[in-house]
Formats: sequence, structure tokens, C-alpha cells
Amino acid sequence: MDPRVLDAMLPYFNSKFGNAASRNHPFGWVAEEAVDYAREQVAKLIGANEKEIIFTSGATESDNLAIKGVFEMYKDKGNHIITCTTEHKAVLDTCKHLEKLGARVTYLQVQEDGLIDLKLLEASITSETILVTIMYGNNEIGVIQPVRAIADLAHKHGALFFTDATQAVGKIPVNVINDGIDLMAFSAHKMYGPKGVGALYVRRKNPRVKVTAQMDGGGHERGMRSGTLNVPGIVGFGKACELCRLEMDEEATRLSALRDKLQASLLQLEESYVNGNPAHRLPHVANISFKYVEGEGLMMAMKDLAVSSGSACTSASLEPSYVLKSLGLSDDLAHSSIRFGLGRFTTEEEVDFAIAQTKQAVTHLRDLSPLWEMFKEGIDLDKVEWVEH
Amino acid sequence: MAYSDKVIDHYTHPRNVGTLDKSKSNVGTGLVGAPECGDVMRLQIEVDANNVITDAKFKTFGCGSAIASSSLATEWLKGKNIDDAMKIDNMDIVEELSLPPVKIHCSVLAEDAIKAAINDYRVKNGMEVLEVAKVHH
Ligand SMILES: Cc1ncc(COP(=O)(O)O)c(C=O)c1O
Ligand code: FES
Repeated sequence: MDPRVLDAMLPYFNSKFGNAASRNHPFGWVAEEAVDYAREQVAKLIGANEKEIIFTSGATESDNLAIKGVFEMYKDKGNHIITCTTEHKAVLDTCKHLEKLGARVTYLQVQEDGLIDLKLLEASITSETILVTIMYGNNEIGVIQPVRAIADLAHKHGALFFTDATQAVGKIPVNVINDGIDLMAFSAHKMYGPKGVGALYVRRKNPRVKVTAQMDGGGHERGMRSGTLNVPGIVGFGKACELCRLEMDEEATRLSALRDKLQASLLQLEESYVNGNPAHRLPHVANISFKYVEGEGLMMAMKDLAVSSGSACTSASLEPSYVLKSLGLSDDLAHSSIRFGLGRFTTEEEVDFAIAQTKQAVTHLRDLSPLWEMFKEGIDLDKVEWVEH
Repeated sequence: MAYSDKVIDHYTHPRNVGTLDKSKSNVGTGLVGAPECGDVMRLQIEVDANNVITDAKFKTFGCGSAIASSSLATEWLKGKNIDDAMKIDNMDIVEELSLPPVKIHCSVLAEDAIKAAINDYRVKNGMEVLEVAKVHH
């Protein structure tokens, strides 16, 4: 979290504490003003009106509210939802849940570079399609979808367009009007704000979009999300949005230069590959496969870096990343992939350190790798009969 | 994931990394796992005329726990006769390296590799193949 965000939040934990909905309590006024102000800060970052912002507990809740809320609200119009295979689980699992309740869901395959095939999308839309939900930027590979074109196709056929923009908002310019977005989920902790607070943007004109509340109760957030607001969290979210709005351009330029340096240096290693379209990509993400080295083993050598592995041995499931598999990566290559994430506080020295550490670790682990040895001897690994355990 | 000091030590300073000549009759090779599963272990032993293991080498593609399990296995194998080596149990490895439950299969892989290497040596030298008693999955 950015220390400036924490500074903004601290007073709201004690002296200025009040219930944001208790209108006749002086402390309540302070809290309510603070929430109004944060709502403006959030709206301004994405080119929205503050009345279009619903505060939630994070992007997971926003994803649930958007998809379930639209499905319930528009069920007389149709029951078909279109999404894609590289979405976050919060979207995919919500869609799966709705399938049990009568929804028909199309999970579009993405292209090898992670981008949506617009022709395939248009061909999938029917008169029953009520919602197209495609994420803005992917969390594992950073690929940015052609959001405007997707929105236009949805609208041409009378469907709404929802985007999970958790990874994009605050990192690249996102504007709900220019991008043709009807609903959008995002989260404070991905923009140097606090954990456990997020928002759903719900368009109020051209057209006016409605969602059925998934949290019933006191009618907070214009009836769309009941529950007493998390005032310090929301204040921090607002501050985080303001900082992103002011600093995003400079930060994106700096981070993409560092990312490109990291990527170019690591691609000097033999048999290493970038995953995802390199041009349409968030500035701070690089996902790289180092063939014949297992990702979790590699991560262990890079404990000081902000990395995660496409290998699954990290979870109990032992399944490699479904996002990488959706791009058509074989299981073994998916097991050999690492996601590098840079951020506001990443320095050039840290990137240089990361480059050196990664190169050393890949070399060390390849010396240990029977697959690397076989590759070097010219053995075709696809023809080996493996004994699975 | 928190790794035990012993896992970190074997991962950073793996013992007995390398390759023995698998065409020699006194070398047994066990290659287990599959790249798609994210783990492949190759363990080799060199055995003298008294069926005592004089050298052991490994190479592993896998997580830190898999690397540590196979590194440890090579240490334990050296100096043992092949009958005693056959008795190495994956739970001994789990205990020595303090592996958490999600990493038990890494030790199972090491046990499988030991048994596969011994059986390879036995076949080469006209001995019967020993059943691998456990069924793990
Ligand atoms: C694309 C995407 N959607 C949703 C989420 C979930 O966000 P939250 O943790 O705020 O619920 C994440 C979080 O990491 C994400 O990257
Ligand atoms: S080799 Fe798969 S978790 Fe260790």
C-alpha cells in the first residue's frame, strides 16, 4: 500500500469515525462526506459520474454482483452469457454457478497471443445474449483486450458489456465512456490501496443499466449493495485512485521501460519465451517460460522478487495454470512459466538484481534438470515414455 | 510456502548432481515422473560386485522439495547394499526434510526413483525384478 493512502485512512479509524449512513450524527456527517469525496475520486479516475459507483468488498464481489445481478435483472430478455477461458476465477466460477440456475454460458477460446477473436465473439452472440463479460487486462499474462471493439459488438446485438478491469484501472487509462463499458469491476489493493474494498461501475445513462442486488438489507449504495460502508477502506480507495490519476502516465512509462529491460535480458537465456501478446500488454507484467526448468523450483530461488509461477505445484491441485493452457501452451511449458510483476515501488536496481538472480537460478536449475540434459543431447522429449507417478 | 532449512540447503547446494554411464552393466537408472506433471526425477546408482552402492547421482526437474528429496536420496544410497536401499521409505524423507503434506508426493517420487534404479540394475544383472509394494497416486 502507498504510505500516502495509509495517511489518508488513519483518521477514519478513530476520531473521525462515524457510520456513513447515520445522517443525524455529527461524526456520521464527517464519514459521509469522506465517502462522498472518495466516490468522486474513484469516479474521476475512470471518467464516470459518482452516482455510478457502488462500493463493494473487492473485485470478487463486484464480479459476482455484475454477472449475477444482470442475469437476474434481464432474465426475461435472455439467458445467454459470453465470457472467455482466461478470465479470473471470480468470473468463471460465477458463470458456472449461473449455469446451474439456467444460464447458457459460452466460454470463448482465446487466440495464441491471449487476445479475443472478434469474429468468433460476434458469431457466438445470439438474440438470447444478455451479457458479454471479458476482462480488460489479464492478471497472469497482462494481455489487454480490445475492449472498445468488444463493447461495440455486444451493443450492436443488444447485449450489455461488463469488464473485470482489476488489473487495468490505475495502470493504464481506462474511461468508461470512451471504452463503451456498461459495468466494470475493480479493486483498491491492485492500485496501492487497502485490501478488502473495491467498486462496481454501473452505467446510469445511454443506456441505464440495472443489476439485482445480491446483498439485501438496509438499501445502501442505492439499493444495489446493502451493508454499512467500510469508511477507512473507502477513503483509502479514493486516495489511491487520485494518486493513480495524477501519476499513472509517468508510472506506466517508467514501468514499461523497466519491464522491457527485464524481458530483453531474460530472453537472452536460451529456450525462453514470452507468453501473451507483447504489444497489447499492461506495462508492469511479463510472463516468461524458461523451458526445462520447473516454475516453483525457480520461484524458490527468487524469493525476494514479486513473482508467481504458472506451475501448480504451488497449489494443492498440481494443475498448471489454466490461463497459460488456454493460450495453447503444453502442460510442461506451463509448468516452466513465471509471472514478473513490477510496481510503483520497484527500482531499477531491483530489476537489475532480478535479472541477475533469475539468470543464475535458471542456469543452476538447468544444470540439475534431466530434461535440459536430454534436450542438449537432441532427445525428443515427446517420444520418451514417461512413468507417471 | 515455507521451506525447511534442510530443503533450502539441498536446493542451494545439491549433492551428487550428475550423470552416470547408463550403458554400463553396473549402473542402474531410474527415470520417473513426467514433464506434464511438472516433475521428472532421474536417479542413478553404481554398484560393486558385492551389490553395494558405491556412487549415486541425480538430476531433477521439479520443485525445491523434489530436488531436495532426490539429493538426500543419493546421500543415503551411497554405501548401502541394494537390499537395504530397497527399504528406504518415502516417509523417512518426509521426516528428514520436514516436508509439508502437499509435498509428500515429491518424496514418493524419490522413493519410486530409487526402486526403479535398483530394479534396472537387477534386470541388467540377471536378478528378478522386485515388486514395488506401495501403490501411490
Ligand atoms: C482480474 C482479477 N479479478 C478479480 C480479482 C479479485 O480481486 P479481489 O481480491 O479484490 O476480490 C483479482 C485479484 O487478484 C484479479 O486480478
Ligand atoms: S514436484 Fe510437484 S510439488 Fe514437488
